[in-house]
Amino acid sequence: MKIIVCVKQVPATNEVRMDPVTNTIIREGVESILNPFDAFAMEEALRLRERHGGCEIITISMGIPSVRGILQETIALGADQAFLLSDRAFAGADTLATAHALAAGINKLGAADLYICGKMATDGDTAQVGPMLAEMLGVAHATDIAEIEQVSDSELLCRKLTDDGYVRIRVQLPAVITVSKEINVPRLPSISGVLRGLAADIPVFTADDVAVDKAQIGLSGSPTQVIKTFVPDLTQHIEWIEGKPAEQAAELLEKLVARRAIIR
Amino acid sequence: MASIRILNDKCIGCKKCAPACPFGAIGFSGEDAKTRKAVISEACTLCGACVPECKFDAIELLVDHAGTTDIAAYQGIWVYCELAGGQPRPVVLELLAEARKLAADFDCEVTALLVGADSGDSASRLIAGGADRVIVAEDAALKEANDLLYTDVIVELVRKYKPAIFLLGATSFGRSLAPRVAARLRTGLTADCTVLTADRESGLLQQTRPAFGGNLMATIITPAHRPQMATVRPKVFTPAEPDAARQGEIIREPLHIRQPLTAVQLVEYIKGDSDNINIGDADILISVGKGVGTPKNIAIAEQAATLLGATLASSRPLVDAGLMPYPRQVGQTGKTVAPKLYIACGISGAVQHMAGVAAETIVAVNSDPDAPIFNYAHYGVCADCMEFLLELIELLKAQ
Repeated sequence: MKIIVCVKQVPATNEVRMDPVTNTIIREGVESILNPFDAFAMEEALRLRERHGGCEIITISMGIPSVRGILQETIALGADQAFLLSDRAFAGADTLATAHALAAGINKLGAADLYICGKMATDGDTAQVGPMLAEMLGVAHATDIAEIEQVSDSELLCRKLTDDGYVRIRVQLPAVITVSKEINVPRLPSISGVLRGLAADIPVFTADDVAVDKAQIGLSGSPTQVIKTFVPDLTQHIEWIEGKPAEQAAELLEKLVARRAIIR
Repeated sequence: MASIRILNDKCIGCKKCAPACPFGAIGFSGEDAKTRKAVISEACTLCGACVPECKFDAIELLVDHAGTTDIAAYQGIWVYCELAGGQPRPVVLELLAEARKLAADFDCEVTALLVGADSGDSASRLIAGGADRVIVAEDAALKEANDLLYTDVIVELVRKYKPAIFLLGATSFGRSLAPRVAARLRTGLTADCTVLTADRESGLLQQTRPAFGGNLMATIITPAHRPQMATVRPKVFTPAEPDAARQGEIIREPLHIRQPLTAVQLVEYIKGDSDNINIGDADILISVGKGVGTPKNIAIAEQAATLLGATLASSRPLVDAGLMPYPRQVGQTGKTVAPKLYIACGISGAVQHMAGVAAETIVAVNSDPDAPIFNYAHYGVCADCMEFLLELIELLKAQ
């Protein structure tokens, strides 16, 4: 079975700091990491190989040249090969143009049986690229996969989280699945793996290399446009409820009823 | 291909553009203020946020969009009606109420698109909730939510009727279906919006959404493609009072689904006990964090929740420790919730947690008066969580 895992580099989210003067996100000195959800996707590919055998694992990303670093990480974890789509023509892509570029890269590499994506990236939070990629590749998709219960060369039996609880679904391959955090606990790379990653050759594809229509990628291929960004002020003027716990509980209930936050 | 550049003859080096860049991609050349010019680095993603900030029109963004060719033919607002148990999900009625406001600004009609099987009296409920027209596409093959079959049906109807705006609830199914539909239509889709604004001047829908785990809000438009698609968070908008006197048209679209079996098939609903509760539906949430800590204390919090008519939720540490099930997790890597009342017990209030909370009223209970959660709370209770919850239980029992 051939598995392609799509990964993205994101800022290490727990280090997001705001500049109190300009009110913008401070990027300097913020480490870039493998999108946490993509770490679950990568781990699941490794586990499928261990369970099922005979799996080839390829990772692919789109981004600036420094994204090589996270692709080396995927080699360190056990990916067989990794590829980077990097070209000024890919820049400014929204989710549709990103999916288009990834699909072009994947077509260049040759179709896989299973494509695994993280549920979403922790910077954009859209959760759109996985299903869009599936449509571009002309394969089925299933989101929010919590467990792969059975795997064969032709299908998966999965547990999926929905708004109404869990469902069991049968997914015929080829297909794209997106995975949530409860699917596994990602491993750390071994030292020999890290060395293999550092030594790995990561081919870089430009837009011309993957023969993609430049009107479909990057900013030109993005139907959506960001016209404004701003930092929301979520802070509240707090009202402290003082006293002993019993007094606090009574006063809080009173206030919540008066505010109609609870109906009595 | 698109490109961005600084027009050096216009740039005065005022630095006003730099804070507008969410990616920190604008630097400056030159030692003294007289010769200083803005310089755009490789970190630029061509988002264009800096362009309107420059009062001297010194930033030029060139885009060669292909776009939809017959934009004027696309009219009206569509709301996708997702069914659960044969009835519209609550978010559908919230979206209809918001669509009515947008329709007043744009002077257009609101259409609800009902796809499924056995929709019962849903169509009349949609009209009472604000739809001028309901397009009903029913087939026994559409009984269960299925991305592939639903995409086929919806795309065909969008191509036939050409709506200018198409809104879907950002439910689990909506966020799986909408990207597939948008990709097939080759149009723009904005995820998980929390604000929608009609810009009458341009005729465009302005879609505002959180990114970076809620640290940044972005306003997005789809200028040259139709329909302008967006998924919208449940509970952001308030549904209208149903008006049974409202009149509307119901159009039944005949379907011919030849291959009901697709590559993804539902095998069964997995009966779980409490895991099958959607915390996103709750009006009141009591959410427990590391400060609550033990299974015994969680049981106490659950008792308080039951007495208050609330649902129990959790922050990440308790889920990671296996003490609370993942479907109960609130936050960036869990679920976004927008209850009327959110009572956070023993939760420190990291940004990643708060990114998932959009409550009308937030109460924070924590023994640490410096916990960040108090920055977001309307009411602060500095107390030991368990002592407080036990007193609350006594009070609620007494009532």
